[in-house]
Amino acid sequence: MQEKLLEVKNLRTYFHTFKGVVKAVDGISFSLGKGEILGIVGESGSGKSVTCFSILKLIEEPGKVQADEIWFQGKDITAASEKEMTKIRGKDISMVFQDPMTSLNPLYTIGKQIEEMLILHEPQMDKDQRKKRCIELLNAVGIPNAEQQLKAYPHQFSGGMRQRVVIAIALAANPKLIIADEPTTALDVTIQAQILKLMKKLVQERQASLILITHDLAVVSEMVDRVIVMYCGKIVEQGPVDKIINEPSHPYTIGLLDSIPRLRKEQDRLDFIPGMVPNMYDLPSGCLFAPRCKGCKDVCRNREPEMKTVGSNHSAACHFPRIDY
Amino acid sequence: MGKKIKGFFQSETFFRYRHNIPAMVGTLFIVIAVFVALFGRQLLAVQNPYDLTQLDLANAYLPPMWMEGGSPQFPLGTDNQGRDIFSAIIYGSVSSLTIGICGMTCACLIGTTLGLISGYFGGVIDAVIMRIADIQLSFPSMFIALFILSVVGQGIDKLLIALVCVGWVTYARTVRGATLSVKKMEYIEASKTMGLPNFLIIVRHVMPNVVSSVIVLATIQMGDFILTEAALSFLGVGVPVTEPSLGLLVKSGFDVLFSGMWWTSVFPGLYIMLLVFGINLVGDFLRDELNPKLK
Amino acid sequence: MKPLVQVEDLVQEFKVNQGFLDSFKWKDKKLVREKKAVHAVNKVSFDIYPGEAFSLVGESGCGKSTTAKTIIRLLNPVSGRIYYGGEDISRLKSEKMLPYRKKMQMIFQDPYASLDPQKTIKSIIMEPMLFHKVVANKKEAEEKCMELLKKVGLRPEQATRYPHQFSGGQRQRIGIARALAVEPEFIIADEPVSALDVSIQAQILNLMMDLKDEYGFSYLFIAHDLSVVRHISDRLGVMYLGTIVEMGTKRDVFEHVAHPYTKLLFSAVPTVGEEPIVPPMKMEGEIPNPVNLPQGCVFHDRCPYCKEICKTVRPDFKELEPGHQVACHLFA
Repeated sequence: MQEKLLEVKNLRTYFHTFKGVVKAVDGISFSLGKGEILGIVGESGSGKSVTCFSILKLIEEPGKVQADEIWFQGKDITAASEKEMTKIRGKDISMVFQDPMTSLNPLYTIGKQIEEMLILHEPQMDKDQRKKRCIELLNAVGIPNAEQQLKAYPHQFSGGMRQRVVIAIALAANPKLIIADEPTTALDVTIQAQILKLMKKLVQERQASLILITHDLAVVSEMVDRVIVMYCGKIVEQGPVDKIINEPSHPYTIGLLDSIPRLRKEQDRLDFIPGMVPNMYDLPSGCLFAPRCKGCKDVCRNREPEMKTVGSNHSAACHFPRIDY
Repeated sequence: MGKKIKGFFQSETFFRYRHNIPAMVGTLFIVIAVFVALFGRQLLAVQNPYDLTQLDLANAYLPPMWMEGGSPQFPLGTDNQGRDIFSAIIYGSVSSLTIGICGMTCACLIGTTLGLISGYFGGVIDAVIMRIADIQLSFPSMFIALFILSVVGQGIDKLLIALVCVGWVTYARTVRGATLSVKKMEYIEASKTMGLPNFLIIVRHVMPNVVSSVIVLATIQMGDFILTEAALSFLGVGVPVTEPSLGLLVKSGFDVLFSGMWWTSVFPGLYIMLLVFGINLVGDFLRDELNPKLK
Repeated sequence: MKPLVQVEDLVQEFKVNQGFLDSFKWKDKKLVREKKAVHAVNKVSFDIYPGEAFSLVGESGCGKSTTAKTIIRLLNPVSGRIYYGGEDISRLKSEKMLPYRKKMQMIFQDPYASLDPQKTIKSIIMEPMLFHKVVANKKEAEEKCMELLKKVGLRPEQATRYPHQFSGGQRQRIGIARALAVEPEFIIADEPVSALDVSIQAQILNLMMDLKDEYGFSYLFIAHDLSVVRHISDRLGVMYLGTIVEMGTKRDVFEHVAHPYTKLLFSAVPTVGEEPIVPPMKMEGEIPNPVNLPQGCVFHDRCPYCKEICKTVRPDFKELEPGHQVACHLFA
């Protein structure tokens, strides 16, 4: 087993609102190895983004983050102060957001925006070094004429190019971990393929780790080493990517995979998961997926399933994992 | 309807309202002011201060009742003609509130209509309406009101005209902005594919969705209008001297303000202040509540 | 069989906002005024037959949505013709359009923006019925509304709620019910599932197919997702920069991919444990700006097979098999 970069134990993020408590993330534990690419998959509202924001302590009122332990680079950051976190954010952990149109400041040139990151986190660099670094970064993310483009403003770039700039900014301080929150959802397929390939290459070159948050199992299957599937704030299944895609254990993962229309198969009707994601204010008792599950038994409605090992490094939170439904 | 009212009392808005003390205080001020304006004449007023037969010059410049020489008959003292200040405030507040409410309603109707037209249709109409608005905004509103009043003469109705001429611009601009963003929504496209004529689209689908921004403006502007009325009356161009008005009361006491007879000016002024303060408190709450960006 | 909808050489442009002075340019030693325009749709032609599902596929900015909006006359075409049941509707005044508005309906992309937040579900669905007088009175409209809600998988007692009380998938169901309210013959669906979660997406696609079988209407389906298109359409056209580059039946296009752009599109689609239809291709470049369309073939600067002729001459449609057309010089 490789060295661990991040280890999260029993992370809980609750939002206390007028209507009640929303358990956006409820008791999540996972770890991430050095140089590993981890995919967190789930539908909207499954808590996949909140998980990452919680690790970075970017949750705002009325949200509250609690965890038993969060280890990052051998240091416990569970109780880290805002000041300590500011040092970690951007320097050791950086983020790539979904919408490249809004994650760059339209008032500054892209050169300025990359430089800002360097000034903050690499204070020993002088001006020339910074400029050299900026050009290097832009070249690395595949932006032609890097030197001239430093003076360009975000609106002069297309969506795909902007996302490249965002990635360049994220890489600027040589982070150990990059969290990419749906980095290609706003892009077209042909551009998406380019960006994904680029991210994978850059992460591997720099031996950084990557957490890829997405709703798209297809993207995950082509990008990551390990997958976590989330449903309503809980992990329902985790394991190596080929296991999850080819031998899924949890009925939710199975349903999710079946509901993707296939390119090669002629289908009259698509398989689908009946019903819809439950209201977060009013979660069912027992297994959260029970009301939508085809193999639901009495025990599922009453008792919450525990994580069960179903293979090497592969576990699922289900009373009856991998049986024929 | 009953269900809707019940629903409101259980809603999040009401929950936040109950925990917002300034908004509650503001509402209290407004409720008292409206009550005073509606029933004060019959229930509270000691005399009709504008009926000269009820005045007695011997009572002129009596101080408030808790001061030496004050009389319990005139709780807040009297002015130069022996007029009871307390009753005068009650009578004056009626015209202040009337002007505030009527002026706000008219300005709101005109401004909203023009804003909707301007934002929805765009093009030349939009350009014309917005340029007029720009020109008007480049003059101080008090100056425009003074100008109009000096042309058409005094009177509550004329004052209303002046206030509406000044006030519609803010509505038109805000509503135009809101309309522009609503216009882009797919439900407007959906009503177009349905074949609904523009008029119906505006009335049924655009207007209900821009109304919240109008409500906020309207509350704040009501306070504004009450102040403008007072200021214009104080300057002597607003309400005629024969009619009760808070602004006029302040003015009549202003001459003797520094000779120790402060109560004639200060009490009506204080009343205006509390009333506008209350309205603004509620307006602030509504602005926070109805602005989806703050949620 | 006669086509239900015919689109002929449809052109759609949008003016680019630019200052008055910016529009003047020196050209051949003369000062000329040039108005910039986005060429969103360039001479697009296709037919849709009764009971057929036709799809337009392409990336953002390729003009697929604009084509759809022009057909349903949310936009007026710059040139070209649109025939509905043999009648030219491309220049009709809005009053003359009314009978066609009843026959054509649209399902929108964003379920959060396509329903008026201030109206109850009931009034949203009843409005088109009452406006087009497909029902005699309010009571009948109400009955029909409940029936429709059941049909799209919602409970009739939910009719008095407001849109924000529903999830994205449910809202899309409401949008479908609204489109069905006037009993249309032709439905344009503009990316109806792209804003939904995968598991909900499948539900909505199934519902749309079931309704088509039941009512027998035709679809124009706008999508960027090839796997969704494969599932729902009979025929499809692949669009790039405002033109259709390949068109044919589902089998033609999916099993005999011809145009290099279609190939690129197929190779870029991430798949789940499936062999890709087209082996991975080298992907470079961005979609050009539709303000300055490239000369010659619109795809030439990204095309790995680009020849000299591609840079100067715009290719015409070639018929590979009956019904399978490709606009590419490689097939000359």
